[in-house]
Amino acid sequence: MAFDAVAQQYLDQARQMQALSFAVHIPLVCFGIAFPAMVMRAEWLWLRTGDELYRVLAQRWTKVMVALFACGVVTGTILSFEMGLLWPGFMGTFGAVFGLGFALEGFSFFVEAIFIGIYVYGWNRLSPRAHFLSGIPIVLAGLTGSLFVLAVNSWMNDPGGFTLSGSEVTDVRPLRALFANGHLGYELVHMYLAGFIVTGFLVAAAYAVGRLRGQWGRYERIALTIPLTVAALAAPVQLLVGDWAAREVAKTQPTKLAALEGVGHTEKGAALHLGGWYRDGEVKAGIPIPKGLSLLAFHDPNAEVQGLDAVPAADRPPVNVVRVSFQVMVSIGTFLALLSAWYLFTRVRRRRVPSGRWFYRLLVLAGPASLVALIAGWVTTEVGRQPWVVYGVMRTEQAVTGAGGIPVGYATLASIYACLIVAVAWILRRLAHAPMSAGAEPEPIDKPVEAT
Amino acid sequence: MMLGIGLEQLPLVFALQGVALYAVLAGADFGAGIWQLLAGRGERAERIREHAHHSMAPVWEANHVWLIFVLVVVWTGYPQAFASMASTLAVALTAAGVGIILRGVAYALRSASSGAAEARAIDLLTAAGSLLAPFALAAAAGGIASRRVPLGNAAGDLWTSWLNPTSLMAGLLALVSSAYLAAVYLAADARREGDEEMVEAFRTRALVTGSLAGVAAIAGAFVVRSDARWIFDRLVDTPAVLSVGVSLLAGAATLALVARRSLGAARVSAAIAVAAVVGGWALAQNPLLLPGLTVDQAAAPDNVMVLLVIAILGGGLILFPSLALLFRLLLRGSFSAEPTVARDLTETGPTGGLTSAITATRLAGGCFGVGAAFLVIGEGAWPHAIGVALLAGFIVLGLSALAGEDARE
Repeated sequence: MAFDAVAQQYLDQARQMQALSFAVHIPLVCFGIAFPAMVMRAEWLWLRTGDELYRVLAQRWTKVMVALFACGVVTGTILSFEMGLLWPGFMGTFGAVFGLGFALEGFSFFVEAIFIGIYVYGWNRLSPRAHFLSGIPIVLAGLTGSLFVLAVNSWMNDPGGFTLSGSEVTDVRPLRALFANGHLGYELVHMYLAGFIVTGFLVAAAYAVGRLRGQWGRYERIALTIPLTVAALAAPVQLLVGDWAAREVAKTQPTKLAALEGVGHTEKGAALHLGGWYRDGEVKAGIPIPKGLSLLAFHDPNAEVQGLDAVPAADRPPVNVVRVSFQVMVSIGTFLALLSAWYLFTRVRRRRVPSGRWFYRLLVLAGPASLVALIAGWVTTEVGRQPWVVYGVMRTEQAVTGAGGIPVGYATLASIYACLIVAVAWILRRLAHAPMSAGAEPEPIDKPVEAT
Repeated sequence: MMLGIGLEQLPLVFALQGVALYAVLAGADFGAGIWQLLAGRGERAERIREHAHHSMAPVWEANHVWLIFVLVVVWTGYPQAFASMASTLAVALTAAGVGIILRGVAYALRSASSGAAEARAIDLLTAAGSLLAPFALAAAAGGIASRRVPLGNAAGDLWTSWLNPTSLMAGLLALVSSAYLAAVYLAADARREGDEEMVEAFRTRALVTGSLAGVAAIAGAFVVRSDARWIFDRLVDTPAVLSVGVSLLAGAATLALVARRSLGAARVSAAIAVAAVVGGWALAQNPLLLPGLTVDQAAAPDNVMVLLVIAILGGGLILFPSLALLFRLLLRGSFSAEPTVARDLTETGPTGGLTSAITATRLAGGCFGVGAAFLVIGEGAWPHAIGVALLAGFIVLGLSALAGEDARE
C-alpha cells in the first residue's frame, strides 16, 4: 500500500517552488525567533528605568513584529500545505516517522500566536508587569518551535528510528528519529543563532542608513545598539558553530562534504580551496590551502577525505550550487564576525559606539548580507542533501506528486509572493516613517497609524 | 452501530475537533471579511468595515493556527490518507492557500495603513481571501465526502475532485455560514462595546444570512442526494442524523436568539450549529476515511498514535489555558478599553556599575575562549554541549556587560 514513485516531468519546478516558499518564509522565521526578545529588551529597560524612550521604541517595534509575524503565519501555512501538495510520496511513506515533530511544533506556533495577540493588544491595557510577562512565552515558543522543525530537518539528513523492508516502513520510533539524530544539536544552535544575527543586523542596518543620512539622536542610537549588540555577540559564536557543523557533515554525509569543498576524488591530506569553480573532478582557479580541508574537517592534516567519485554520479548533488552557496555563507559569516569584533572592541575598550562613517556603511551592507548568508546556508544543506529527500533512503523523485500543473502553481505562488514582498517593504517603510508619538498617552497600538 | 473510539480513531477525533474550531473561529474571521466586502461605501460602511477589522484583529492568528493543527495531526496519524488528499486536492488547497495569504497580508497591511481609502483597498484584499479560502477548503471537504479522493499519489481528478455538485454546495454553505457566524459575533462584540448602531446593523445581517444558511442547507441536501447518494444515506441515518439534527436546531435557535437580542447565547448556539455539521459529516463517513481505506487501516503504528495522543493532550494543557486567557481578555473588553497609563513603575537607576561591567566582560571573554576550545577540539556530545553552554554564557554575559545601551558617542 506504499506510495510508489510516479513520473513527474516538473520535478525541478516542484523543487524550485518549495525552495521559493522556504526562502520567503525563513527570514520571517528569524524575526519570529529573535525580534520578540529585542522588543522585550527595550520594554525591560523601560520597566527598569522608567525612561519613556524605551517604551516608545518597544511599541514601535511591536507594530513591525506583528506585521512580520502575520506574514510568517501565512507563509508557514503554505509550507505545510506544500508538504502534501508537492511531496505526497514523502509524507505518505514517512509521515508517521517525523510527523510528531510538526505536531509539537504546531503547539509552539499556537502559543506564539496566542501570546503575540495578548502582547500586541495588551500594550497599555495590561499592567506593565503582566504585559512584560506575556511576552516571555513568545520568546520560549520561538526556541521550541525551532527545535521541533529542525528535529525534522535533521532527521531528513540523518535518518533513523525506522526500518525499511522493501518500500514498507516498519518499526517506527519517532522520538529516536527526531531527537536522537546526530544533526539536531548543531542545526538547532546554528539556526537559532542565525535568527538573532539576521534580525539584529537587518534592524541595525535600517538605523545605520538613517545615521548616514543624518538621522541620529539618542533614540536612534539605542534602537541601533539593542539589535546590534545581540547580533555582534552571536556572529563570532556562529563561526565556531559552523565549524562544528562542517565536522559533523564530514562524518555522516561525506558526499555532501565533498560537494561543499569540491573534492572530486578520495584523497589523503586534501586541500581547502577558496573561491574557484568545480569542473572535471577538481576546483579550477581557486586558491588552495594544502591539507587545509583534512585539518579542518578531521583535525588531522593527513586524514582521508572521501571524494564525489565514491558514489555513482546519480547520487551526487549539483556540486557548484552547493559549493558556491557554502563559500558565500562562510565569507559573509566571516565578514559579519569581523564587523562584530570591531563593534564589540569599541564598545568594551572605548565605551562608546563606533563613530566612523565606514563602520555604518559596512553595517548597512551587513543587513542584506546576513539574509544572503541565511539563504545560502539553507541552499548548502538542502541542495547538498540531493538527490535524496531522506538521506540515502528516499530520492526526491520518489517523493514528488504525480499531479500535473506544477508550473501553474509555481507561477501563481511566485507572483503572489512578489506582491507579498512589495507589501512587506511598504509596511516597513510606512512604520519607519510614522511620526514619533511622544508624551505619556501613547496611541492605541491596534489603530491605523495616523500618518499625514 | 457502535461508535467505538479506539487508539486508531483518537487522533482523528482531535483533528475533527480542530476542524470544527477552525470552521467556527476562522469561519467568523472570513465572514467578517465578507461583510467588509458587502459594506458598500460611505461613512456607515467605513464603520462597519472598521468594526469587522478591530473585532477580529487580536485573535485571527490564533484562530488560523487550528488549520495547522489539523494538518499536522492528520499527516502524523494518517500519513497515506493525508498524502492522498493533499495530492488529489492540490488545486483546491492552492486556492485556499492563496486566500489565506491574502488574508494575512491584508492584516499586516492594515496595521500600517492610514486613511479611509487605503483601508478600503486593503479590506478588498481581506474580502478576496475570505471568499476564496473557506470556499476552497469546504469544496475540498466535499470532495472527500463524495468519495472523489482515492488512495494514492494524485490518484483522483485535480478538478472534479473539488468542482462537483457536492463540493460547490459545501463551498456555498461555508460562505453563508461564515457570514452568519461573523454577523452574530460582530453584533455581540458591538453590544459589549455599547455601539448600538453596529448591533442593529449586524443583527439584521445575522437574521438574513441565518435564513439563507437554512435555505442553503435544505437545497444542499437535495444536491448531495443526487450527487453522492452514499453519504446522503449515511447522513440521514443514525448516528449522523442526530448531529445533523442538532445543527439544524442550533441554527434555528440562533435565529430566535438573535431576533430576541440575546447575543451572548447566540454566539454559543451559532458555534454549535457549525460544529455539529462537522460532527455529522464525520459520523456519516465513519469508518471510511477514503474509499476503500478505513480509519484503522490508515492509522500509523500504535506507538506513534500513543505519542501523538500524549503530544496533543500535553499541548492542550498549555494551549487551552492560553486560549482562555486570550479570549477572556478579548471578551471582557480589555483590548478595547481605554489605555491605562502605567503606574507601578519600579524606579531604579542604571543597572550595575563600571566594575561589574568589567567583571562581566572578562567572564564573557573567558567563556568564549573555553567554549570555543570545547566546541572545536572536543569530540562527542558532552564536550560539544559544554561548549555550546559556555558560548551561550558568553552571549548572556556580553549582553549584561554592554547593558548600558546609552554608551556615549
